[in-house]
Amino acid sequence: MAECHPVGFQWVMEAKARGAKVVHVDPRFTRTSALADVHVPLRAGSDIAFLGGIINYVLREEKYFRDYVLAYSNAPVILREDFRDTEDLDGVFSGLDTDSRSYDNSTWQYEGTEVQAASGQRDAEYDQRTGGGRSVTEAARGEAHGSGGAVIGEGEPERDETLTHPRCVLQVLKRHYARYTPELVEQICGVPQDLFRQVCELVTENSGRDRTTAFAYAVGWTQHTVGVQYIRAAAVLQTLLGNIGRPGGGILALRGHASIQGSTDIPTLFNLLPGYIPMPHAHQKQDLDAFVEAEAAHKGYWGNMRAYLVSLLKAYWGDAATAENDYCFDYLPRLTGSHSTYETTMAQLEGTCKGYFLVGENPAVGNANSKLMRLGMANLDWLVVRDFSLIESATWWKDGPEIETGELRTEDIGTEVFFLPAAAHTEKDGSFTNTQRLLQWHHQAVEPPGEARSDLWFAYHLGRLIRRKLAGSTDEMDRPLLDLTWDYPVKGTIAEPDAEAVLAEINGHDAEGRPLSSYEQLKDDGSTACGCWIYCGVHADGVNQAARRKPGGEQDWVAAEWAWAWPANRRILYNRASADPDGRPWSERKALVWWDAERGQWTGHDVPDFKKDKAPDHRPPQDATGPEALSGTDAFVMQADGKAWLYVPSGLTDGPLPTHYEPQDSPFPNLLYRQQRNPVRQLMPTVPNNRYQPSAGEPGSEVFPFVATTYRLTEHHTAGGMSRWQPYLAELQPEFFCEVSPELAAERGLEHTGWATIVSARGVVEARVLVTDRMAPLTVQGRRLHQVGLPYHWGPNGYSTGDAANELLHLSLDPNTHIQESKAFAVDIRPGRRPRGPASVELVRAYRIRAGIDDKTGTEQ
Amino acid sequence: MNPDDRTGADGAAVGGNLLFGPQPDVAGAAGYPQAPPRMGFFTDTSVCIGCKACEVACKEWNAVPEDGLELTGMSYDNTQGLGADTWRHVAFIEQRKPLGGQEPGVAHEDVDVFAAATRLGTDAGSPGPGATAPPPDRASEAAPAGRISPLAPEGRTELRWLMASDVCKHCTHAACLDVCPTGALFRTEFGTVVVQEDVCNGCGYCVPACPYGVIDQRKDDGRVWKCTLCYDRLGVGMEPACAKSCPTESIQFGPLEELRERAQGRVAQLHAAGVTDARLYGESPDDGVGGDGAFFLLLDEPEVYGLPPDPVVTTRDLPDMWRHAALAAVSLAALALGSFVRRPR
Repeated sequence: MAECHPVGFQWVMEAKARGAKVVHVDPRFTRTSALADVHVPLRAGSDIAFLGGIINYVLREEKYFRDYVLAYSNAPVILREDFRDTEDLDGVFSGLDTDSRSYDNSTWQYEGTEVQAASGQRDAEYDQRTGGGRSVTEAARGEAHGSGGAVIGEGEPERDETLTHPRCVLQVLKRHYARYTPELVEQICGVPQDLFRQVCELVTENSGRDRTTAFAYAVGWTQHTVGVQYIRAAAVLQTLLGNIGRPGGGILALRGHASIQGSTDIPTLFNLLPGYIPMPHAHQKQDLDAFVEAEAAHKGYWGNMRAYLVSLLKAYWGDAATAENDYCFDYLPRLTGSHSTYETTMAQLEGTCKGYFLVGENPAVGNANSKLMRLGMANLDWLVVRDFSLIESATWWKDGPEIETGELRTEDIGTEVFFLPAAAHTEKDGSFTNTQRLLQWHHQAVEPPGEARSDLWFAYHLGRLIRRKLAGSTDEMDRPLLDLTWDYPVKGTIAEPDAEAVLAEINGHDAEGRPLSSYEQLKDDGSTACGCWIYCGVHADGVNQAARRKPGGEQDWVAAEWAWAWPANRRILYNRASADPDGRPWSERKALVWWDAERGQWTGHDVPDFKKDKAPDHRPPQDATGPEALSGTDAFVMQADGKAWLYVPSGLTDGPLPTHYEPQDSPFPNLLYRQQRNPVRQLMPTVPNNRYQPSAGEPGSEVFPFVATTYRLTEHHTAGGMSRWQPYLAELQPEFFCEVSPELAAERGLEHTGWATIVSARGVVEARVLVTDRMAPLTVQGRRLHQVGLPYHWGPNGYSTGDAANELLHLSLDPNTHIQESKAFAVDIRPGRRPRGPASVELVRAYRIRAGIDDKTGTEQ
Repeated sequence: MNPDDRTGADGAAVGGNLLFGPQPDVAGAAGYPQAPPRMGFFTDTSVCIGCKACEVACKEWNAVPEDGLELTGMSYDNTQGLGADTWRHVAFIEQRKPLGGQEPGVAHEDVDVFAAATRLGTDAGSPGPGATAPPPDRASEAAPAGRISPLAPEGRTELRWLMASDVCKHCTHAACLDVCPTGALFRTEFGTVVVQEDVCNGCGYCVPACPYGVIDQRKDDGRVWKCTLCYDRLGVGMEPACAKSCPTESIQFGPLEELRERAQGRVAQLHAAGVTDARLYGESPDDGVGGDGAFFLLLDEPEVYGLPPDPVVTTRDLPDMWRHAALAAVSLAALALGSFVRRPR
């Protein structure tokens, strides 16, 4: 966190000054470790075993917060009799279809609820009925739960308030993690048992009525074939310890860029509409009602999805959206399958994707398996790159690695490449949404130089020109574009659209045009318009609430008047859980919101995340739906049952409980199960440049004996587009380097500041060597493991240059999010520089032959 | 100023300015009758996270040129040291020593975080943002917080990664200023030492005079450059760029007297928490330069950070030298005279 989020880390230091203990779990000793109380080095890719070990400790030693767990989690819920755990089936859950490599989750459901669609997607059922394929399962529905959980079946689940029923979630959890012992953690993760116990004690002693513990993670957890399950493991632990919805608790996703949170709230993802409303799939005769029926939960705030969606359609199409035409629901594009980044690359290689916009993204060096990214772009008709500098993604056609190796010739490449300079954040108005869901406005400081323009300018004027070209068209296909409300005021000599007008549209207004102040005002009858329901209120009273900057010293500790947090300026989500079932704070020390019986309402320091006048003892009528169906103790108001899910019956494609699997490429066998890897991980079609490696036990695995992980340095930003061209940053970390332990350096003859060549089945790179004690060899499964650290900022262009670590990576993805596994893979390392030109391709080929790699390697289920 | 103060205990006074020893009114002695309090830096290296924001902010604000892309292999330090084109430098030192040098030493049993938080910024006695170190009185009582002694895997010794942001010390007795023949170097009303780039003639006398090796000639123009403590920002009530950009308040800017008090408290707190390595560097008015305007809290010997252990203002011995020179001249004259007197007839 100190390494990649130094500004946010100031608050860790503030907490530390007040007595917080900081534990840092990371394969490497980083700038964070330097300031932590404990650093725990572990094998990259083994975190579920580590977290599962803590869960086992919590359950075995009865350290969980029983009252909290009983009231607010699904621990008492009883599962169906035919559910089978990984303990029963040697590493897979019941419902695995080995042919389609996917799970049917009907056996994962609660006892007493109807069977719902596979993976919690009624949409899938829709497909089954209409004879569709499995495209839907591939379509990354996991992200749809960025604001609440998935839909579950109807009916009241059976419960056991004593938590002793053998099929209740808590007991299932106990059995699932019973073998995640300190001994096993030591074997799998390489963490000594005493050190592991110390972490267990620190976490549990600092959790309960009076104390809370927070977890912070970044892409070290997400970029795995089991990335979502890493986060789930933390969620299970934090729920058991009562650390959700309470001050000082939570699981904090540290984002990779400013406003990455914002880019899922108002998404740049193919499968979401603003506010986490799912993008409709291509079904015949699916109207608005059928869509809402299929997607909306019947209990909780997702029960109002129709109001959110209709208001969104009104924001898009204004007066053209009427009750008669289903509010232009048919204008929305329809998904026909998964179109994530890497699948788009595959579509480019296949020739079905012809054009590509890159807006502030540098896949030619920044994406996993960079070579495939370049080859994909070489197969396009046109490519638009908007960035600050001539990044590698804009110039690969004339000076990329494939030109040097002879794999591509400039004159053969048909892609027409357009480069459009972009304005920086200081050159435009706009907002950032951070991990805490806080929208902070930034004002333009200077005009963008030359032809540089903001993304808003580009999108607005592109739309304007397209609409002008289509004007007068009678083709039905053009109606969605022509009917758009595309009327933002512009200002200045460059006709920059007014960003605050966009914010006002996102906030929404009523039929009279008055700004809305809360999503509870949204209607499903077309009388309200709102561009993103969770952002409703950011422009309340016509005031830019995100631009508020009242200093912390002039307000209370919640600092509600600093910027604006979605939803409803609430700083801690699910904060009903900060009070006990009767509405009293769990402790004076950790009081946040509570029930004021005299006034008959919820009150406190933060905005209560609960209906203001719903008493703790409220029990909803049987036939209630939506928010009305929530009881006075259903603290997790966005969940379909109002509970925090220790066990996930719906919504995940790869299992209801986090389970340790080895990474795609691993030098070690899975000690826990015969199942080596996540059985439903998403493998890419086997193309020659995306070969997987043999794992432990298979012949050839010894060719790639070291575990590698990629990461960022404080001095640079992602793939370098914002830092490698900056002399003041480039001079601070001037070259691509790898970090190795003195022991590995001795074993492989690597010299400090000399060169090393690092090879995988995909590619070869060279890096300067930093030999450092900060890389510690670990003892894993009785043998010594060396790990290689690879910062991934470099590429051949810019002021500071070097090879791109991403050349080494394969495309084997998390099945929920389609994110690559860049944080744990296997490589070989040798001294000296890499070969040049065709010889470098030859070297990789020789490694593949030596390891016996073919198109089947690593694709086993 | 009391005229009696114009001579030190040993009577070494030159033009109303001391050449060494304590000097409580630096700006006054330099001829500012109504000077504001002396301003300076306290760099608390125990909370430095090595982000180098200070280096970048300094270069941005002062338009200091980039000075070379060289991977040094000195941990994450590719800046190497202070110079004409580096006015802030973050050192990185990897050591096989236990972690925990940054132990804040505040036991949470004694602190109500919410009560503390409600006082944020409103109560001088409360550690708010901008005051990383809890107040000295609180520090000692809360000190014996349970130290964590983690076990390193494979029986390796624990690691410690020291990071420290170095800067011009703005000495009480600044030899660079004393030897400058053009007056390009001058003492500001804030007690800091600044080079006027349009006056400097590049003679370079100040370079060997600096006991810390800070001031340096720029290769392509010959003039000397160093930290100005952002004189242009101070003049309009802003803090220096490096302090402004420091996310963890490792670099603290303020009146030197206040900083010294805060630093003493911080050391006491760290000592009480078992971090006996913590010590101040450049804080004492009794040291060889009369105390630094920019001083440090270090977690190891100064040499570890590349700092001289006992810096002495190079002009300290000037009076002695002149006295010796005068004596030598007199002796020589006497000898010469004597040779005439004794010449045998």
